[in-house]
Amino acid sequence: MNRIVFKRQLSKDVFLMKIEAPLIAEERKAGQFIILQTEEDYGERIPLTIADADALNGAITIIFQVVGKTTAELSLFEVNDELPALVGPLGKPTHIENFGHVVCVGGGIGVAPLYPIAQALKEAGNKLTVIIGARTKELIILEEEMKTIADELMVCTDDGSYGMKALVTIPLKEICERELKPDRVIAIGPPVMMKFCAETTRPFGIYTEVSLNTIMVDGTGMCGGCRVNINHQAKFVCVDGPEFNAHEVDFDNMIARLNSYRDIEKQKYKCFLERSIREKILV
Amino acid sequence: MLSGKKHQGKNSCMNHSPEQLTEEAKQLLAEYVTRYDSMKLKERLKIPAQEMPVQDPEVRTHNLDEVAIGFSSEQARVEAMRCLLCLKKTCVDDCPVKIDIPRFIHHIAEGEFEKAIGVVKETSLLPAICGRVCPQETQCQLHCAVGKAMKDMDKSVAIGRLERFVADWERANGKVVIPEVKTSTGKKVAVVGSGPAGLVVAADCRREGHDVTIFEAFHKPGGVLRYGIPEFRLPNEIIDQEIAVLKSMGVEIKTNFVVGRTRQLHDLIDKDGYDAVFIGTGAGLPVFMNIEGENLVGVFSANEYLTRANLMFAFDREKADTPIYPSKIVAVLGGGNVAMDASRMAKRLGAEKVYVIYRRTENEMPARKEEVAHAREEGIEFHFLENVKRILGDEYGKVKAVECLRYQLGEPDESGRKRPVEIPGSEFVIELDTVIVAIGNNSNPLISQTTPQIAVNKRGNILVDETQKTSMDRIFAGGDIVLGAATVILAMGEGRRAAAAINKMLAEDLAKEKPLTATPALQLMNV
Repeated sequence: MNRIVFKRQLSKDVFLMKIEAPLIAEERKAGQFIILQTEEDYGERIPLTIADADALNGAITIIFQVVGKTTAELSLFEVNDELPALVGPLGKPTHIENFGHVVCVGGGIGVAPLYPIAQALKEAGNKLTVIIGARTKELIILEEEMKTIADELMVCTDDGSYGMKALVTIPLKEICERELKPDRVIAIGPPVMMKFCAETTRPFGIYTEVSLNTIMVDGTGMCGGCRVNINHQAKFVCVDGPEFNAHEVDFDNMIARLNSYRDIEKQKYKCFLERSIREKILV
Repeated sequence: MLSGKKHQGKNSCMNHSPEQLTEEAKQLLAEYVTRYDSMKLKERLKIPAQEMPVQDPEVRTHNLDEVAIGFSSEQARVEAMRCLLCLKKTCVDDCPVKIDIPRFIHHIAEGEFEKAIGVVKETSLLPAICGRVCPQETQCQLHCAVGKAMKDMDKSVAIGRLERFVADWERANGKVVIPEVKTSTGKKVAVVGSGPAGLVVAADCRREGHDVTIFEAFHKPGGVLRYGIPEFRLPNEIIDQEIAVLKSMGVEIKTNFVVGRTRQLHDLIDKDGYDAVFIGTGAGLPVFMNIEGENLVGVFSANEYLTRANLMFAFDREKADTPIYPSKIVAVLGGGNVAMDASRMAKRLGAEKVYVIYRRTENEMPARKEEVAHAREEGIEFHFLENVKRILGDEYGKVKAVECLRYQLGEPDESGRKRPVEIPGSEFVIELDTVIVAIGNNSNPLISQTTPQIAVNKRGNILVDETQKTSMDRIFAGGDIVLGAATVILAMGEGRRAAAAINKMLAEDLAKEKPLTATPALQLMNV
């Protein structure tokens, strides 16, 4: 059992939790994820990237956005509650070295998995440019944390409520056009954002990495539900990834696969919300 | 929604009702019981083979309850009386765990069920499971003298069903005995994976007094027994029971623990003080066809489809959060037991039509005959000598059809089965919405990926010697991770052998340690 030791609501739908998991805190490296369940028998297994870890106190940090039933249920867990199942660290760690100048692009909740990678890149001696984007001001997360490690930080919102009014691809393109092109780009966020980041950097020939968050069941290579087309070959996100060369990812197929169960998921979430209102769990 | 109701309604003409079968067996038993000991060979051969009572197909495709209901005690005794109690026990020769089959069957015939299960358990740890999922027709029952005498191996003594009967009898009558555990040796054994191989190693090593910890990646133990084999063939209750026995023996089970990720394999020995490790992580890497359209929405590995339905309870659409794809027309590709399980599960989950598409003919199918027969009774349609060439999608990236090719059988290949040869220009299209790929599994690569020093072959199977020891000191392996995709009983057989080697190694360790601790005392005595 994994006890929740800290919980903070970052915005309306975004939560940060620190969870007791000593072995995972010790073993995890930037880029890896966990799978958790909110209910052991009938709960589903959802993958979430590890945003940070404190090996000394044996805790990992996750940041998640409420997008469906399981994340909504998770947001109702309080400090000292225990999660019935949590496994990890899964996936291959991010390849970290001193590349030179790296641009880290984080969209919405994607800033959470980006943070430990940016940290590790900084420690490896890279010059860091961080671009944070979100739909609106209140969905911007980890700005302060990123500020402390970034050599250059840009914030943009779709609606202009904070920072520049732009999609992340606008500043990304500007950086790529500079005389001294960046050496590497890492983009983590909604699939559509990652797709357009890939398209933005492609003409410049800058190696771009994305971290994919597909549907998974076991997370150890057993089911193949997470497979994506990478350079026309099926790869498993859980064991071959989660990070891939953005220019080789078939994003359209990935997005279609992510939506495999959309109607059922919507229905489940709707039932959950209705029941919650009836039982006055949520305000 | 599937009802959890037990079988009901009238049975089809194909199968007789359990009551009817028991009633007939009762009469036969009354007739035979007094002269069982003096029955002549010819007379024995005349005893009718007992039919396994099954749920009516119309009913069972709407529930997940076990298809085969199991012999009544009368049926079991009559069936057991068919055994000729041969002196040359050919049936035992073909049993991977060498159960003394005639001896346990003789006890059943005499109504001594407790003695019978005792004999089975001398060598087999999980009879309720083996009795259900072992391919007896290619093992113990293959050389049965009764089958041979009747010139029909389907008429062999139903050894598997009798094994299941005594195991179920033991459980139903509260006679399950917790195996004796020797005094603690202080030695620690780590078992990686809680499938059939791991469960056997855990039990065998624990019996010798070693501390045993099983590490399981999923949130529930059982491995393929739980995520792979469906409830209607192997109820969860039986797996739970076996796990409970292990726990009462003092075996510790750590779920949600991925060796290779949560902890490195060698750290179990270097840092955590384990004296031996057994790797039984199975063949969990689904093989795909590498054809066009395989990543479309609506294409699943059988592993994924079955895991959702079995482990994650997705068959219960109301309660389970894990969704299952809403399928109307399903094609399952492959001809093994997993293909049968997936197709029958799809039917139970509400698919209107389920096709099994297989390149060869029924004769070459690796699936058990009984499973194929059950599938057919349930309305699964078999497409032999056909194979999918590509999967076609609609504008949303969802499966809408498969393009198939027809095949004919050519010369036998290295496996001895006739090679399927495609007929050029024979393409045709089947419209459907779901494709389940069940063409096999490779070894799970997680351990070899994270432990490069362990020797594997080119297919990724871990290499072991005749005692199941790997290239790494104190590390053993067995089951599908060594064999490639095989059977539950072979995995158990490997587990047995590995446990024996581990126990021997640890006994030698203990013998070496003894003189060291004894030395000061001896010196004192000398003074």
